[in-house]
Amino acid sequence: MSTTAVPPKKTNHIGLEVVQYKGGKTTLCAGCGHNAVSERIVEAFYEMGVEPWRVAKLSGIGCSSKSPAYFLNLSHGFNSVHGRAPAVATGAMLANRDLLGIVVTGDGDTASIGIGQFMHLLRRNLPLIYIIEDNGVYGLTKGQFSATSDYGAKSKGGSLNEMHKLDCCLLGIELGATLVARTFSGDKRQLLAILKAAIAHKGLSIIDVISPCVTFNDHPGSTMSYAYMKEHDVALHELDFIPHFDDIRLELEEGEARDVTMHDGSILRVKKLGRDYDPTDKMGAIRTLHEAEDAQEVVTGILYLNTQTKNFFDTLHMTDTPLASLPEQVTRPSKAALDEIMEELR
Amino acid sequence: MSTTLTSPARPDGDAAPAGVVNDFSIQVATANGSGSQTSNTVLMRAIFQMGIPVSGKNMFPSNIQGLPTWFTIRASKHGWIGRKKEVDFLVAMNPETAREDCLDLEPGRVLVYDEPLKLNELRSDLVMVPVPFDKLVGPVCPEAKLRKLVKNMLYDGVVAYMLDIEMEEIRKALFKQFGPKKVKAAELNWGAAQAGYDWAKANVHVEQPYRLERMKGTQGKIIIEGNTATALGCIFAGCTFVAWYPITPSSSLVESMIGYLKRLRTGPDGKGTYAVVQAEDELASIGMVIGAGWAGARAMTATAGPGVSLMSEFVGLAYYTEIPAVIVDVQRVGPSTGLPTRTMQGDILSNATLSHGDTRHPILFPSGPEECFSMAANAFDLAEQFQTPVFINTDLDLGMNNWMSDPLPYSDAPIRRGKVLSSADLDRLGGFARYRDVDGDGVGYRTLPGTNHPAASYFTRGSGHNEMAQYSERPEDYVNNVDRLSRKFNSIRGAVPQPEIDAAAGARIGMVYCGTSREACRESQEQLQREQDLPVSTLRLRAYPYTRALDEFIDSHEVVYVIDQNRDGQLFQLMRLDLTLERIQKLRSVRYYTGLPIDARTITDEILRQEAQ
Repeated sequence: MSTTAVPPKKTNHIGLEVVQYKGGKTTLCAGCGHNAVSERIVEAFYEMGVEPWRVAKLSGIGCSSKSPAYFLNLSHGFNSVHGRAPAVATGAMLANRDLLGIVVTGDGDTASIGIGQFMHLLRRNLPLIYIIEDNGVYGLTKGQFSATSDYGAKSKGGSLNEMHKLDCCLLGIELGATLVARTFSGDKRQLLAILKAAIAHKGLSIIDVISPCVTFNDHPGSTMSYAYMKEHDVALHELDFIPHFDDIRLELEEGEARDVTMHDGSILRVKKLGRDYDPTDKMGAIRTLHEAEDAQEVVTGILYLNTQTKNFFDTLHMTDTPLASLPEQVTRPSKAALDEIMEELR
Repeated sequence: MSTTLTSPARPDGDAAPAGVVNDFSIQVATANGSGSQTSNTVLMRAIFQMGIPVSGKNMFPSNIQGLPTWFTIRASKHGWIGRKKEVDFLVAMNPETAREDCLDLEPGRVLVYDEPLKLNELRSDLVMVPVPFDKLVGPVCPEAKLRKLVKNMLYDGVVAYMLDIEMEEIRKALFKQFGPKKVKAAELNWGAAQAGYDWAKANVHVEQPYRLERMKGTQGKIIIEGNTATALGCIFAGCTFVAWYPITPSSSLVESMIGYLKRLRTGPDGKGTYAVVQAEDELASIGMVIGAGWAGARAMTATAGPGVSLMSEFVGLAYYTEIPAVIVDVQRVGPSTGLPTRTMQGDILSNATLSHGDTRHPILFPSGPEECFSMAANAFDLAEQFQTPVFINTDLDLGMNNWMSDPLPYSDAPIRRGKVLSSADLDRLGGFARYRDVDGDGVGYRTLPGTNHPAASYFTRGSGHNEMAQYSERPEDYVNNVDRLSRKFNSIRGAVPQPEIDAAAGARIGMVYCGTSREACRESQEQLQREQDLPVSTLRLRAYPYTRALDEFIDSHEVVYVIDQNRDGQLFQLMRLDLTLERIQKLRSVRYYTGLPIDARTITDEILRQEAQ
């Protein structure tokens, strides 16, 4: 018998190890920003202690949409059709409101072919985490500009983008998403804090992650390259996330930070950086985004947060039990009920 | 004071019918948005309440106000409720169409018309009854802006007097139509109906051949639109999720569902045990249905042809990912503008093979309200048992017209949710392969998202996967998968509703049809026997894929006529995809495609024409 003492394995507060949150081996390019996003998703769900089998991960089509295979192997995954993940996710979340839904799509998926579904998803405030791995190009079809590409950006082949860009965060704020964030796949700390906030939020979270495409959009002249982001990323604030199960409560430094209580009781601590930015101010958020575009800045952080609005389950007056698990006795009305209707039709 | 205005001579000629009781059709020509729908429904209901089998077909434009509408009520003591081609008794209210409507009538028929239309100048071989509607409406409707609506109720009174419809039944039908919340409006309209009746009694002295007489042909029956029956069928089948986009002629199905769901499926907490989402388009509605089906809800959508075509990619995905979905297609003429409010069996061929790659989808073909109801349950059970999209092809005629029907049959057969593994099952099995054919029926086992077990999860993706649901582009994995899907489709063949067969003794000829062709085909079968001494057997397909019964039916007849309500013979073509050459050679095609429901005489004439060749 071995006498070697095995060190206790590191687990989260529900007793799971980080390996239980991992996914399959990535088949994306080495250095692709999307891989960093997958890694942060693993960390966030592990650290938040979410049961992986309670998660449904969905996507559309594209490089980004492959990534649900690279995290949370113990969760059900659905690689659906191009641009239509919002619809599939909406159906799944309504069928089982106990699920924690995460959609990972790209800028082609969301801002072009799926823009209609995206905009209507925004209107409903369905509890769902919606991540756009945004690199300004179509990767799988080899580098065409997408609708989030900046005006004046240069393609790898040297052509200029002369179309105005579509800002998914502006749309999100305008049309009803209740947590809207922009971040950079290279900013581990900020991305992780935003993901945790989204897990705690019981409404629609839109997270636009600038996630450079190393193969087709990481050259000089690109506005979504690693180099460009290093120079133009302006964080609006520093984010600390204090989960609801965490006993440690640090005192708030007066005037330097503000706390937002999330739906699950967690605290999002928003620490002031250069400017005093209030993420609950919708008009301020919209103005900040427009000003940043003019200044060629990429402002990152939680742009907008509203924990007060009712979500889609409330709007639909849905019962608390997941529809998928309602028994026959509940879903099939009685014979007497049918007889009564027949009597009215005589 | 009585006048002699309305006493034309009885028309001459042999064609003039005489003494027709409970066997003729009444057509009312109006403009839509004029309130005529209410008057027409009341008329139809009153006849029904007198125990006379009746049907009502509304031919309406894609418009809210002002375009021509025709409503045809057929009373048939024999119980034929299909459309009758010939109009016997016409009420002409619409100046736009009055002239043409009048000229179309056979000699000897009755024409009631709005007096200023002066239709008496056009013909002298009809029984003409001009009615001064505008003069009559004033006294019964002081409010001028309501007169246009109330005017139509006057003709109910006139027709009631002329055809011997009991006014008490008109009153009952009228108050039922308006419901307890609109008693004032009902009273106003009742006044108009009475005024019409009184005027006719004092002024119409002409002899005419048509009469209605109380009988006992509607006992226990109900009157219902097919869409309402389908809606109820879905609710009583335990449907929990609906996503839809409004499109004629399916909108009233979901609207009816919303109403009944509120009433029948509100839990003790005051919250719904369902979700209905009006989506942004049909791509989204089917996407939501597939997401909900994946996550374990009994999910459906209702649409029409143009919507189905938008759903094409998603339906293919559901076929390959093996996710249950119920799609009700209330078929119409399409696409775009033109005849979206006219009926057609327009999507038989396209639904059977919808999407790209190799795909086959089951279709159920209800022929009346009872089957709209019962086949909804069939569809959900099939979809979940076989983990695949299932179509219910009704049509505008069935969906939006009022049908006399037996009461909808309640079923307490257990709801079949198919092969779904729980966490306890997974404990026992240790794991599972999502797309492995364990039972030899082509159907794998699935788990639902949220199943609390480390072995529960799998990754859902399109056509490129192996038995373990892992990504694969290997040729043998692909072939293995699509061949299993073929076996699954064969298993479905054994589970769909069997055809309805009416074998005539010594019949050389057979007739095969589906859906709403039923009434016309049965009546044509009777016409051919009675008028031509020609026995014809019939087989009504209730589902695709076909069962062995179709082979046997074709084998036992020399010639088989396939009846279609479309130009290209879609049912005929679909049969040709699956049958042997020997059987295909026996098939003949009868096609009707005017946008109106098919009628018996058309079928009879066409079969006789082809027989004579």
